[in-house]
Amino acid sequence: MTQEVVIQAQNLDLTFPTNDGDVHALKDVNLDIHKGDFVSFIGPSGCGKTTFLRTIAALETPTAGTVTVNGMTADEARKSRAYGYVFQAAGLYPWRTIRGNIKLPLEIMGYSKAEQEEHVTKVLDLVDLRGFGQKFPWQLSGGMQQRASIARALAFDANILLMDEPFGALDEIVRDHLNEQLLQLWDRTNKTIAFVTHSIPEAVYLSTKIVVMSPRPGRISDVIESTLPRERPLDIRDTQEFQDIAHRVREGLRAGHAYD
Amino acid sequence: MRNVLPILTVVTAIMVIWYAASVGMNKKWTYDQAGRAGTEVTFTEMVVDTWAQERPVLPAPHQVVAELYRSTVEKKITSKRSLVFHGWITLSATLLGFVFGTGMGILLAIGIVHNRAMDMGVMPWAIASQTIPILAIAPMIVVVMNTIGATDLLGKEAATAMFGYQPAFMKGILPKAVIAAYLSFFPVVVGMVKGLRSPDHMQLDLLKTYNASKSRTFWSLRMPSSTPYLFTSLKIGMAAALVGAIVSELSAVPLRGLGARMLTGSYYGQTIQIWAALFAAATLAATLVAIISWIERRSLKKMGMS
Amino acid sequence: MGWLIGVFIFWLAAYFLNVYLANSAWHKTRLVKLAVPAIFGITILVVWEGLVRGLQVPSVILPPPSMIGVRIAVSLPILWADLIQTFVKGALTGYLMGCGGAVLTAILIDRSPFLQRGLLPVGNFIAALPIIGTAPILVMWFGFDWHSKAAVVVVMVFFPMLVNTVQGLAATDSMQRDLMRTYAGGYWNTLFKLRLPAAMPAIFNGLKISTTLALIGAIVAEFFGSPTLGMGFRISVEVGRLGLDMVWAEIAVAALAGSVFYGAIALIEKGVTFWHPSQRS
Repeated sequence: MTQEVVIQAQNLDLTFPTNDGDVHALKDVNLDIHKGDFVSFIGPSGCGKTTFLRTIAALETPTAGTVTVNGMTADEARKSRAYGYVFQAAGLYPWRTIRGNIKLPLEIMGYSKAEQEEHVTKVLDLVDLRGFGQKFPWQLSGGMQQRASIARALAFDANILLMDEPFGALDEIVRDHLNEQLLQLWDRTNKTIAFVTHSIPEAVYLSTKIVVMSPRPGRISDVIESTLPRERPLDIRDTQEFQDIAHRVREGLRAGHAYD
Repeated sequence: MRNVLPILTVVTAIMVIWYAASVGMNKKWTYDQAGRAGTEVTFTEMVVDTWAQERPVLPAPHQVVAELYRSTVEKKITSKRSLVFHGWITLSATLLGFVFGTGMGILLAIGIVHNRAMDMGVMPWAIASQTIPILAIAPMIVVVMNTIGATDLLGKEAATAMFGYQPAFMKGILPKAVIAAYLSFFPVVVGMVKGLRSPDHMQLDLLKTYNASKSRTFWSLRMPSSTPYLFTSLKIGMAAALVGAIVSELSAVPLRGLGARMLTGSYYGQTIQIWAALFAAATLAATLVAIISWIERRSLKKMGMS
Repeated sequence: MGWLIGVFIFWLAAYFLNVYLANSAWHKTRLVKLAVPAIFGITILVVWEGLVRGLQVPSVILPPPSMIGVRIAVSLPILWADLIQTFVKGALTGYLMGCGGAVLTAILIDRSPFLQRGLLPVGNFIAALPIIGTAPILVMWFGFDWHSKAAVVVVMVFFPMLVNTVQGLAATDSMQRDLMRTYAGGYWNTLFKLRLPAAMPAIFNGLKISTTLALIGAIVAEFFGSPTLGMGFRISVEVGRLGLDMVWAEIAVAALAGSVFYGAIALIEKGVTFWHPSQRS
């Protein structure tokens, strides 16, 4: 069953000029992401995974090659509000309530007041923050703030979700819980998700496809199609199949000199 | 260094606007004079005249520079018309007041940080005093100290005994120094208290585990941590002390110093004199703050805090 | 002699009371936090009164607080008229024009990093100068009345306010600005929804500093020339007549006005920047 290609990178190259010479962040990256995929990017620091995500989001410009999103260039896709972006930190505005924060993109994109209220209530439900809408960000825990940030990215009708290590700053117990919730969300909304992470179990647990990257220069060393079923309880992490995929990821990282 | 071009652009723009404004503001006088003499002036003649009047409404930059040169380089330092002389009068009052104000301020800050009764009693007043226009007291302090005769750093007899004469700056310096000290005092207190309290709890707890005394904690942790705050307070204190000295000169007798020059200039309509004195005061302020900044950079570098 | 002994006893009692309160179990309560500085202040007034009477200091040198209080009571109309002239007409108008102008200028040069890099060092430099020296010049240009005082205030508050506002507008981190880019927000959305709210703490910092500068500017400018009205005018005239109780009365009114002005801005700040960590602790 071939799904349409939503994000496509071809011969993507990105070099940063710095004071200490050029940094070759991405070299010859080729990747297809299909509709409804959950793709994880894993690799050590400097392997280019965040840079790649930012390039898809048109926050960085490639020095060579192309990237298309929904058939348009990345910047056109950005202007047509094709994706929601979730950063490592929640980045909520402390002067707005949670509801107010989620309304932010909706205000900018010109939704009517009634539509705004409707969308906000809907996504608050989705991330299980019903009842916290009138609170201010500093009144919520780190995990809840991150859920609000995800809700904000889901509030407007974008098909794509780009997430840059969203759970990196949280403790493992909260992380497990949020991983479960994210999978349920994905199942319910059927969005295409690109997810950057440092954690091998997280990558294997969440994804339909795992992209292993390695540094100096940043490149893809392996693309693993996951054989795990779509429905995954947390204890699937103890199965042999899971361990095999994780092993393959680890091999890919080692081959790419992740542990040097 | 990449700031040089933008700064030059802004300064050049200011110069251009200034020259243009001079023309605009001085031309009435030119036309009036011409009208009275019954002559006509061309545009060029008018422009040249507006930049060369004796009592312009707005002196042109080169006029101010010329007056500065005349009052500094071309006059003897001891002359009553020398800006160097007046500048020294202002500077001596500023420095004397600054040293006292800052010294007392630091001592009070140390007291506030270590004594809770002082903290709760004095600190609210120190903070509140920053909202009070203290400068309004200046004339009164000058007059009161004159009345009780506490004006000279060393009286005529004492000074003559020590130096053979009474140096000019010592006469009438005390009231100005008191006001300068008072103005620099409170910013220094508030700034230093912030600085002495800046080490985080982790650091203070560590010293507690060593059973360090309050004095030890002060010298090894609090004092070094407060260095950036100290220098910021010193810069604010220095600028405040200078303003205090200048304003107190308006009521002081004898009428000397840069502030006094500005006042007499305004009495006699000598606008160029006012501007020259203002520029001299500005240069003084900039130099003093620059000196403190230089010391700050070197100290912080040595402490690895820059 | 009786005065001196009485004063000494009072001072001792107040000192020990304050030490006791400060170290007691109640020192964190609101009541004690207000009581200790109040006791300190009252002690100063009592000691002042006692020393002046006990040492028989002439009132042309230092009048006792009681005399000043009487002077305030009988001079309310004059004090009020002076307040309106100096504070409302001079300081307040200058404050509104200067701060408003500075914020607008900051937004105008926001689009040009080149102008910012040029104006900020120049602005910092000018803010450190004895601006009060421009008072005689401005009196010459704008006349004796409150207009010249407002002009002095504008000059005094403009650059500190400009520097603070520019710093405030720069206070957002790149992540926040990236988020706005993912919404294709554009310059104006980013300015009004993100950068201006985030700049409020720095802007209010500047506004608070400017309240003091405004009052000082208006009063001292009057030392250089004023109609027969105004706090600075009254102070310099009464100093010349050795009417020091009136001088202290004016200073008390100025202190009160300054504190109320600052307090009002601080109150508005609490409302606008309720979210900032410094307001939450």
